Amino acid sequence: MSLAIRERLVPFSLPATDGSVVSADQLADRPVLSVAFWCNHCPYVKAWEDRLIALQREYAPRGVQLIMINSNDPAAYPDDSFEAMQIRAREKSYPFPYLFDASQAVARQFGATRTPEIFLFDADRTLRYHGAPDDNFEDPGSVGHHFLRDAIDALLAGREPATATTPPKGCTIKWKK
Amino acid sequence: MRIEFLYWEECPSHPDALARLRHVLRDEGIPDKVDVIRVDTQEDADRHRFPGSPTIRINGVDLQPEGVQGQALLTCRTYRTENGRLSPLPTVTMIREALRADRPMTKEEPHESRHS
Repeated sequence: MSLAIRERLVPFSLPATDGSVVSADQLADRPVLSVAFWCNHCPYVKAWEDRLIALQREYAPRGVQLIMINSNDPAAYPDDSFEAMQIRAREKSYPFPYLFDASQAVARQFGATRTPEIFLFDADRTLRYHGAPDDNFEDPGSVGHHFLRDAIDALLAGREPATATTPPKGCTIKWKK
Repeated sequence: MRIEFLYWEECPSHPDALARLRHVLRDEGIPDKVDVIRVDTQEDADRHRFPGSPTIRINGVDLQPEGVQGQALLTCRTYRTENGRLSPLPTVTMIREALRADRPMTKEEPHESRHS
């Protein structure tokens, strides 16, 4: 069961690819926080990756913070190891923290099941949008509904996001056996 | 023409990919005799040399052989499309070109080369 709309952010503190440790508390001043369950190997992540990088760069001046968390079992999926995450973050010049949830506890607390899967929180850190980044993973030029972008715009404007939930579309999180 | 469609249930791209394959077969006038193979275990993946879901083989040749790397694995597969994008699905164009490359050439229907 995933976090429900209006539920509070689950606190976390996880190692990032740049060697730091990032906790939700450190980002308390950000008006909008997006936590995305993410990984290296999934083609859905790869399909949306450049769009979320661009979104972070565009909205950073307005205080919006995206955070990516990889909870996959690297024993089964070596492409999702911490070392591979570091390489990916460097290669793509990630403008957001990329965190490793080695115990998978954070994914379980959020109730995440897919990569990518977005949990968007407002300034009070209540969940206001949960689901997919947009409605077309294949072609950025053919997106009809920019769910995440529209929800961020709504929160920045003090409005209710028009769409609060969509089905996450992506690979399953690879749980440890 | 032998057409195999291999998939792993856990990866959500396979229904769209199979529908896309069948759509192209109809368009091309090729009988829809797809051998749909479900891959459930690592043993299945090893036996079928399964590089990820979905995988389409035409007369035993992978739709995008350059995308087949490493060991067989229960995973979603990444395709590089003709536009250079990365996608969980092969495009209609990729499927069509692969099918045309493997059809016998006739006077009425000159075929195009599959890969440049």
